[in-house]
Amino acid sequence: MATFFGEVLSVYSRAVEEDEYDDQCDENEEDQQILRELEEKRSVDVQWLLKSVTGPMPCSDLIIATGPNATGFLSACVLGSGGWRPIAWFCLWNERSRGTERPSKAPAPGEPSCMLYQQETQPTVLICQCQCYLAEDQLFQWTEKVFSCVQSRDLTVTLLSDCAVSEYKSSEYLSDSSVPFLRCLKTDKHSKPQLCPALEPPNICTGAAAAVLSHCQVHQISAVLFLGYTEGLHTDSRSMGMYAAPLSSLLKV
Amino acid sequence: MNFKMFVSSGDSVPCFTGFTLIMPAVSVGNVGQLAVDLLVSTLNMPRVGYFHTDCLLPVAGSNPYATSPDDDAQLCTSADVYSHTDLKLAVLQIRSPIIQNKVKLFRKQVVSWMKSCGFLRSVLLSSSHAYQRDDQQLHGTPLRYLLSPCLEKKEGQVLEDLDWREMERVSAFPGISDSEHCTEDLPLAVVLIFCSEGDNIPDAFALISHLNNWLHLLDKPAQGSVQWRVPPSWRLLFGSGIPPLLF
Repeated sequence: MATFFGEVLSVYSRAVEEDEYDDQCDENEEDQQILRELEEKRSVDVQWLLKSVTGPMPCSDLIIATGPNATGFLSACVLGSGGWRPIAWFCLWNERSRGTERPSKAPAPGEPSCMLYQQETQPTVLICQCQCYLAEDQLFQWTEKVFSCVQSRDLTVTLLSDCAVSEYKSSEYLSDSSVPFLRCLKTDKHSKPQLCPALEPPNICTGAAAAVLSHCQVHQISAVLFLGYTEGLHTDSRSMGMYAAPLSSLLKV
Repeated sequence: MNFKMFVSSGDSVPCFTGFTLIMPAVSVGNVGQLAVDLLVSTLNMPRVGYFHTDCLLPVAGSNPYATSPDDDAQLCTSADVYSHTDLKLAVLQIRSPIIQNKVKLFRKQVVSWMKSCGFLRSVLLSSSHAYQRDDQQLHGTPLRYLLSPCLEKKEGQVLEDLDWREMERVSAFPGISDSEHCTEDLPLAVVLIFCSEGDNIPDAFALISHLNNWLHLLDKPAQGSVQWRVPPSWRLLFGSGIPPLLF
């Protein structure tokens, strides 16, 4: 392509930016080694706290929480009341979540972490509480790792997640009093009655919640997502309280 | 490489031998994806599987093509495969961007799936920036096509008879590079439109109607053009309603 001043520029791609690293055909051995090491560094691993566990655990109900309000609710109202023991954690490294990469030592309370808990009275009920940042390229792998910990036969997954109300699209104007509110999204296998309205198109869910739902849909696992739309930047009791209803039948909270 | 990206949503694996595959390139204004939406929605194509890969950002939502309250609960994922047996047509819809650094891997996954399915031909719906058109390209239609060598032999004359304009060989294309589909010897056509980011709905109509002139997926009425059905998920493309407190 010639510019106004007559310089000839090579046109690489018309529509999208091709990946810088992706299309280097002349990668040498050293470059490949660096890329391999980077990829290895970003891998997600499960670290079991129980010596007796070697494979997927029997599981009837798996509760997965992501987002500050959903994880805050679990900490305050479920895990805080006792009767749960940590059984594993997921160690991963990315730019915003460096603390969780310590395979030898479980994350201390208050540190960013992704932990798996087991109910003491009903050992087939597990909670996965994800309080660390998951990078885009780690979502798929993280999901696979979470599901590698549990047997998927007769499994029901309940997902709790947050979303900013500014992301919510609706033809009707939302008044302040209507926020926070809950929407649900379920896989085709999930047949239980809905506790709240379904997420209306064109609204979608993204991130860890979408990765888990897609995994469950593709692998024909019964799963339901409760997506809380909240206004504040910080956690608040009203937003957290929304998750009590979906879990009440399961955990008596 | 993982060769099991395609997962059937039913009990049996669908057979695509002799089918035509239509898929979008995630590109300018998402025109390819919008055009595919129109096709799936109008032909009321059932979903037959998923393209489950770590190369795409995960998204999930309710059925974007729901026609009644009964089918709106069907969950859609970032890449679903739809099929129309009578028309021998398969459609891969991609709903999210490809993860950085995984474009090449995704391209390889798609190409290996296409080869394993035995598609008669594949059509990639794409779009290119209007501002990159050179002086010669500014004249006339914004629609262009490209054929891989093995499809050129079969379909080249048909498209010439339709008075389609071949893309001037100046650039590479998003989604699948020129070199890849040529070296793989796949029967692939790229149909693209020059456009700009914005309200790209008219571009999607233009692209899919143009494709229909070649493939005759829907009968064209004697007068006027094909009535494409806009999916309900296109609502609120530019955000929510206007707050009444403004007035």
